[in-house]
Amino acid sequence: MNDQEMREKVLIVLVELAPEVDVHALRPEVRLRDQLDLDSMDFLNFLIGIDEQLGVDIPEADYPHLATLDSIYSYLRRKLAELPTEKSS
Amino acid sequence: MTTMTYREAVRSALSEALRRDPRVFVMGEDVGRYGGAFAVSHGLLEEFGPERIRDTPLMESTFVGAGIGAALNGMRPIVEIMTINFSMLAMDQVLNNAATLRYMSGGQLSVPVVVRMATGGGRQMAAQHSHSLEGWYAHIPGISVLVPATVADARGMLLAALEEPDPVFIMEHATLYPMEGEVDEGSGACDIRKAAVRREGQHVSLITYGACLWKALAAAERLAEKGVEAEVIDLRVLRPLDSETILASVRKTRGAVIVEEAWRTGGFAAEVSAQIMENAFDVLDWPVQRVCGVEVPAPYAKHMEDASLPQVEDIVEVVEANLV
Amino acid sequence: MADFRMPSLGADMTAGELVAWLKQPGDLVRKGEVIAEVETDKAIAEIESMFTGVVERLLIETGAKVPVGTVLAVIRTEGPEEEAPAPTVSPPAPERRRAAGGRAARTPAAGRLRVSPVAQKLADEKGVDLAGITGSGPGGRIMVRDVEEAIARAQAAPVPPAAPADRALRMRQGIAAAMSRSHREIPHFHVESVIDMNRAVAWLTEENKQRPVARRLIYGVLLVKAAALALKKVPDMNAVWSEDHVELRREIHLGVAIALAGGGLVAPAIHNTDTLALDELMARFRDLVQRARAGRLRSSEMSDPTVTVTNLGELGAESVFGLIYPPQVALVGFGRLTERPWSVEGRVEVHKVIHASLAGDHRAVDGYRGSAYLAEVERLLQEPEKL
Repeated sequence: MNDQEMREKVLIVLVELAPEVDVHALRPEVRLRDQLDLDSMDFLNFLIGIDEQLGVDIPEADYPHLATLDSIYSYLRRKLAELPTEKSS
Repeated sequence: MTTMTYREAVRSALSEALRRDPRVFVMGEDVGRYGGAFAVSHGLLEEFGPERIRDTPLMESTFVGAGIGAALNGMRPIVEIMTINFSMLAMDQVLNNAATLRYMSGGQLSVPVVVRMATGGGRQMAAQHSHSLEGWYAHIPGISVLVPATVADARGMLLAALEEPDPVFIMEHATLYPMEGEVDEGSGACDIRKAAVRREGQHVSLITYGACLWKALAAAERLAEKGVEAEVIDLRVLRPLDSETILASVRKTRGAVIVEEAWRTGGFAAEVSAQIMENAFDVLDWPVQRVCGVEVPAPYAKHMEDASLPQVEDIVEVVEANLV
Repeated sequence: MADFRMPSLGADMTAGELVAWLKQPGDLVRKGEVIAEVETDKAIAEIESMFTGVVERLLIETGAKVPVGTVLAVIRTEGPEEEAPAPTVSPPAPERRRAAGGRAARTPAAGRLRVSPVAQKLADEKGVDLAGITGSGPGGRIMVRDVEEAIARAQAAPVPPAAPADRALRMRQGIAAAMSRSHREIPHFHVESVIDMNRAVAWLTEENKQRPVARRLIYGVLLVKAAALALKKVPDMNAVWSEDHVELRREIHLGVAIALAGGGLVAPAIHNTDTLALDELMARFRDLVQRARAGRLRSSEMSDPTVTVTNLGELGAESVFGLIYPPQVALVGFGRLTERPWSVEGRVEVHKVIHASLAGDHRAVDGYRGSAYLAEVERLLQEPEKL
């Protein structure tokens, strides 16, 4: 999976979560919670979606790294790189 | 049926009573030789003589008191007071004697006196001849207060008053004397307990008495042109008040305007309003309204007197402001 | 035979629009099964049948808007036990409707809503909510003709489905009616306590470490469970206020306030909240949020809560001083989960704490009970493993 695909999949998860929002207009450097009306249930559903789409199960301890789209992308890049190769094919 | 004026109707009742009952006599200022300040008793002196048509001095307290005394002693006096303003001089006799003696004597004494007087404004007679104080009388238990508005009532109510065992006060609006109307001269006493529905309607109750009845009926005509059907209630009797007729009407129309010439503060309209609020609050669709006299001593100048009295336009406006 | 009626899905509901029939004449329908979809001011709700039987006739066409209590369909039931619907899902009795619609709009002493006495009386009788009516009388007074028109409008059918903007407006009006009524009629008292969340958060963190993301819990679920269990300790509060008396409820159906995208909120019930394990509660909660946002709540979910929980802390609010949703008797509010100096046996430690408040209907319960309730919530949260 290339970087473009990874970012697309993150946005797909977000679209499902907040269908009323134009996710392409989100600013990647601004906290997601400031741009989307996300509560803790939404956030958990977002992580479940990430797990389903990308196979990355993000532990609770890492939640602070996921505040903005930029930080989510870089976190996922690092995690995807750690995964066994057959999973990322 | 005969067409006659209100004045003639009262005179007709007086004549009939004088002819029928030797205990009846008429007493008051200028009722004899002059024929009455409003010419009601014109010709009676000639027919019945000075024993039964008695001119009195200008002393209301004295001749009302004399009437009470005569009634106590078995007579059926009909006392005429020129205007209601001057009747205040006799108020002591009314309040402390006429109204009380049956009660204070434990029912042994009876005061079957009838007192007639002219009331109301609209004739440029200024502040000592024009007021509407019938509500003051209606405050007093022990007497009846009648306010005939039609020619038929002017006659029938006087005859009915003579049949009452207790004092009856009849307030005749002075502007009504020349008004013509139909009377059945064969008819005797009429009911003096019930109010009358003079016009039926379902949108608003116009509750009034005396000369204002005719303004209310004219207002109802004007309102009908705008699609508002007003019911017009002629109270006829202020004491005892026929609350049932008032409440039945308001329960139907859900709104009430009370019209009277008297001043608003403490007027009789306030009593009617209070009874509606106490007994029919739940049916009201808007606050009970009053169209009353302006709170000044009656002005002399015509345009000012007109402005001080309830007029047809005032009634229409109040209804429109709340309903249309 | 049984009449299937338009249910009241909340204090502010006077009429509903039949969006779809999910059963047709001849179809078998079981008690609790969704039989129709109804759109209210707040949402599309799936309406459950109160009976088991065969649909005999459908009386109302889709698209029609009808007042609460209108018979929508006739269901041919079999066996005497089906004749009487279970109390928790019974169609609203006339008194209940009166409580819902009529009392909702009692003229306020402050004169916020100007209503003529006869208009008020008619609205009481017909269950019309006056808050949604524009008065045509002097000064905007609601006259009897305005109520009559509103009744005629509510009965006029069918009406075209509301546009989204209209729906948002109507939701706002629905909330306005319910909250105005709450503010007018309910003598609220508020009690608050600060609850030590150290143990609960620590337990949850440990628990979530062992769980894959799809099975993780959020701390809000602990709060909901504690709020439900506390009602067992203070059963007086598991009740609704009906006209002039308290109606106690046996089963605990806690309402949870859910904010909707684009504004507004709903507070549907999680049925039998106290009996659900945390996993099940989490699943129900997630399902409820999704359906609430999709406008797919069920009738019983809208009408059953006795107490509603609202968690406003995630946006930063420290405390909540809420308004009760009539005819419920309490609203429990949680503020922000935050860290504070905390005295432990004379030492100051940094603890995670949360402000828990309770708004109680003083007609139904007293501050003593409210305080006992919060104390029980606090106690329960000290033993998160038992929740």
